[in-house]
Amino acid sequence: MNLVPKRLMAGAAILALVASACSSSAATTAPVATTAPVVTTAPAATPVVTDAPKPVTVEWWHITTADPGKAVFQGIADAYMAAHPNVKINITILENEAFKTKLATTMQSGQGVPDLFQSWGGGIMAQQADAGMLKDITSDISSWSSTVNPGALSIYAYKGKQYGVPWDMGMIGVWYNKALFTKAGISAPPATWSDFLADVTKLKAAGIVPLAIAGKDEWPAMHLWTYLTLRIGGGDNLAQMVQTGNWNTAACTAAGDEVVKLNALSPYQPGYKAAVYDKGEAAAMGNGKAAMEVMGQWAPSVQQANSTSGKGIGADLGWFPFPTVDGGKGAATDGVGGGNGIAVGKNASPEALDFLKFFSSVYNGNKINASNIGMSTIVGTEASVTDANLKAVLTGRGTAKFMQLYLDQATNAAMGQAINDATGALFAGASTPAKVCQAITDAAAKK
Amino acid sequence: MSATSARPRVGRNKPPTRWMTIILFLLPALGLYLLFVLFPVIQAAHYSLFSWNGLQPLTDFVGIDNYTRALNSDVFTGAVLHNVFLIVLSLAIQIPFSLFLAVLLNRRFRGRAVFRLVFFLPYVLSEAITGVIFLLILQPGALLDTGVTAIGLGGSIPADGWLGDMNLVLITMFVIISWKYFGFHMILLLAGLQGIPREIEEAALIDGAGRWQAFRHITLPLLGPTLRVSVFLSMIGALQLFDLVWVMTGGGPVNASDTMATTMFKAGLKGQEMGYGSALAVILFMFALVLALAYQRLVLRRDIEGATTAFSG
Repeated sequence: MNLVPKRLMAGAAILALVASACSSSAATTAPVATTAPVVTTAPAATPVVTDAPKPVTVEWWHITTADPGKAVFQGIADAYMAAHPNVKINITILENEAFKTKLATTMQSGQGVPDLFQSWGGGIMAQQADAGMLKDITSDISSWSSTVNPGALSIYAYKGKQYGVPWDMGMIGVWYNKALFTKAGISAPPATWSDFLADVTKLKAAGIVPLAIAGKDEWPAMHLWTYLTLRIGGGDNLAQMVQTGNWNTAACTAAGDEVVKLNALSPYQPGYKAAVYDKGEAAAMGNGKAAMEVMGQWAPSVQQANSTSGKGIGADLGWFPFPTVDGGKGAATDGVGGGNGIAVGKNASPEALDFLKFFSSVYNGNKINASNIGMSTIVGTEASVTDANLKAVLTGRGTAKFMQLYLDQATNAAMGQAINDATGALFAGASTPAKVCQAITDAAAKK
Repeated sequence: MSATSARPRVGRNKPPTRWMTIILFLLPALGLYLLFVLFPVIQAAHYSLFSWNGLQPLTDFVGIDNYTRALNSDVFTGAVLHNVFLIVLSLAIQIPFSLFLAVLLNRRFRGRAVFRLVFFLPYVLSEAITGVIFLLILQPGALLDTGVTAIGLGGSIPADGWLGDMNLVLITMFVIISWKYFGFHMILLLAGLQGIPREIEEAALIDGAGRWQAFRHITLPLLGPTLRVSVFLSMIGALQLFDLVWVMTGGGPVNASDTMATTMFKAGLKGQEMGYGSALAVILFMFALVLALAYQRLVLRRDIEGATTAFSG
């Protein structure tokens, strides 16, 4: 009983072995395509098989469990299948945490790695690439990679090779409830951290929960802390910490000190230490029970989905970039961001890559923008972002000179977990700034 | 004499065929057991000696580093203490409560079957579903808070919520575990009680024993075997608690409700440190194994004489 996950894994491994015996013939077709990279034009190779195109199944795992995103993705797949009757796109929809677990066990067995799957790029993707689970698609997408936002695309590259393509890239900022701000007598969003703290006090005095966070999930508050570190030490300083693994820096402890100051104002929603992101933090915002949350571009749709009305707070929702810290070295335009992408599994067929190209078209990018499920990374889709708040995020993304990928994605899984745990304890008031910096440094030293 | 000399020959002929039959019948079960239980255990022990992210080849041999890391980790030692805490509470509160209910429901009264059914029902739910239900009930301002406020005890609601208070969360967890499992232990003990002939207790009562005396000196000793099994299951259950905690708190806030199983899962699957996670799995396995063997040898010995203790004597 106590070894359940291990046992499941062994079971999965065995099942996969059996499956591989059956599917080995299908798997061999993929390498054929990769061994001929000189012939970049795929159509020249396909006519050799003159008969009707062989039926191909493309396995695609994504984590967009709610509409409208779920329907949009299905629609894109349906459109592709209608145009390519021989291709069947098999979509598996998994909840975020379940997806991570299932992908990890699948990769351990080394078999059944999906052709296309959700990825955030960064350190975890690098681990997967190192293990040989991903396909180097640099040459496969070279004909159209210039249509993708280069900054976003680079997150899915590792050691000069491209392993995935982003479809969404945004920036974390502060989402706020304009009506509650007015009620507390705040006329404009805060531009500096001291203004931010002053506004927290005003909101609190007006009987409003100033800030919603999610203690159980840890990562939402981690982003707030990252921003403080970035604003205090600057982009180069933060990049250096990520690279060297030495977090015992002035900026790291100073950021922790600011969190301690924030904690002292008791700004969080009741029960925040056990709250989850969607049904806790986002629901508090969507139901108008909290004034602010520090979150990415997906916040409005998650707020809506988890609000009692199903509509969120509508036009009351506003966005402002994370405030600057007085005396800090970071620029107001520096950002913490990231987004969603699709990584390509090691056995992906040419059809899977062709679908990825179709998925990354301006037409589908506009669809993603229009349904507010993300901010398309495809050049030429900017005009289809109509929502005022998302336009602000888009401007933020466009003007950022330094963009730090989410820290728990930029690093490997163990390190990301350590960062989340350490900062989570800080927000729960169970740690100190120095301990946080030391814990992250320790975790970095292990690898 | 001729009869006795004939006997061994019969005995000598019989075993091979009998053994063959036994082996043949055992083979499928044995095969599955080896494949899905013993082999993964050995695999985990092997992995636990490596620093391994689960994706790359097993090359980074680190000896017992993962074990020393576990023993030096406040998170893991804390989790062990949480497990011990839950075991102690289970034995001190959950089992006596179940026994009390079993004794009550062993009497004849109207609606007895309904009570038995109602008390047993929570056990039928899966732990994950139980977790989700209680997660909803325990949210700040939700059902429990409303109820507590309605009876005028609103002041006793913890500021951080029932699951957000680091000192309270384990107690909350224990109450939910008890809610889910007391019915199971009750049914177990009830079955045991029904196996005790009424006449024995009646005879004691006629001889002048009081109700308590009869319970203490007649019923309880005769219920011993069932009680010991109940205690055993309760201990093992508390030791490997995972689903409920994972669904409700994920081991938080700040590791306050972590159990050995949740730390193992976090290290292995969330942090992708399969080597370290395996080491935690092996430690948990050793805990369970030592406890199970010691309990069987020392406590259950009389109950299962001959079944597992063939070498006794």
